[in-house]
Amino acid sequence: MEKRSLISITDLTKEEIVRITELAAYFEAHPYEPLLHGRVIASLFFEPSTRTRLSFESAINRLGARVIGFSDTTNTSVSKGETFHDTIQVISNYCDMIVMRHPVEGAPRYASEISKVPIVNAGDGANQHPSQTLLDLYSIKKTQGTLDGINIMMVGDLKYGRTVHSLLQALSHFDTKFSFVSPPELQMPEEYKSFLREKGLSYTETTEIGDAINRADIVYMTRVQRERFTDPMEYERVKNVYVLRNGMLEGTKENMRILHPLPRVGEISPDVDANPKVYYFQQTENGVYTRMAIISYLLGVKQ
Amino acid sequence: MAANEKIMEVRAIENGTVIDHIPSEALFKIISILKLDRDPHRMTFGLNLESKRMGSKAIIKINDRYCLQEEINRIALVAPMAIVNTIQDFKVTEKRSVTVPQHIEGFVRCANPKCITNCEPVTTAFRVIERDGEIALKCRYCEKETRQSQMELIK
Repeated sequence: MEKRSLISITDLTKEEIVRITELAAYFEAHPYEPLLHGRVIASLFFEPSTRTRLSFESAINRLGARVIGFSDTTNTSVSKGETFHDTIQVISNYCDMIVMRHPVEGAPRYASEISKVPIVNAGDGANQHPSQTLLDLYSIKKTQGTLDGINIMMVGDLKYGRTVHSLLQALSHFDTKFSFVSPPELQMPEEYKSFLREKGLSYTETTEIGDAINRADIVYMTRVQRERFTDPMEYERVKNVYVLRNGMLEGTKENMRILHPLPRVGEISPDVDANPKVYYFQQTENGVYTRMAIISYLLGVKQ
Repeated sequence: MAANEKIMEVRAIENGTVIDHIPSEALFKIISILKLDRDPHRMTFGLNLESKRMGSKAIIKINDRYCLQEEINRIALVAPMAIVNTIQDFKVTEKRSVTVPQHIEGFVRCANPKCITNCEPVTTAFRVIERDGEIALKCRYCEKETRQSQMELIK
């Protein structure tokens, strides 16, 4: 079988994205399926990310495979100065697949050119995190019944937030209507807006949540980080503008659900948590099924 | 004779290549892209020459060396309007314009300092795209775009 990696959400066709969400639904119904019994999957976290790592490792265990790897680089040959090239070449001899998180952008793509076994990108700096995007899509499909024609409002840091960029790229296959809400400093970059225009998709851009929330099917919240602002006064001024409060949900649609890639810091007020429209905790559970789907799809045991 | 002298600001060559209509500021970049600084052929560079079309232009004349279209296309990133003349026996036997290649490898640095190509010895690779009427390079690795104004050559 041809080696198939997942590095970027743009590596997948629309049909493949739909298929992976279907497989995620299958694994939600069959959460312990030892399709990979006896196989070994390496989980290489060149920077720590506890949730993503545990979610992947849970998915691997539920599929009956075993996990080898590291959760940070302190006790590895990387800290002795070995090149990334050599690390990947060696470890790819030990396993059937590598799941990798790396702070350097493009490292997983480069790894996929070196490795004998498929690479799954579990996040490379500000670049891509395709399993997050696919679990977001599965969550949208599960809550809305479809991926087609969704009205999505993206709130917060739209400039540096890789999750919103990848989600935008993936949703562009599905006739999505976008509404972007961010401070002027953190607006959706021009390259993504022109990408939408080229695809003939509509979007609106505002600096406040306002009434547009009442038209949304999905509200996708992201964290506005203090480090992103050159002027700390500006951060203090805008930080509360992008906080979701329960009162703002009054006029929203019945089917509307709130997603967040987590961790959140203050952008969703605790009084929202009890609202039935909250979906960010279920979203993390969907992540495990989505990762089971990705791994078994790439390894060809379930296609 | 006066008109002819003007054309001959830089001496004619018998055989070789003349690259004309180079923006003055792109001359040294082209020298670097075509590795002319390490080339043993006899050559002449003209800089800040008068040009009706461009105001100021540069010209490169290389004796006894011919350029492949693929080589020529590499200079498209810095001199898209350049004309490459093949000279045989003092006559122009071929005039070629440069075409922007779809992919380029190895001679431009990725503008993203956090890209793997700037951290490990990886050959850079880009897809050439258009962004706001300008050429931009989309990195195969970090997927970030390097704009024309940010382009830096790898020595």
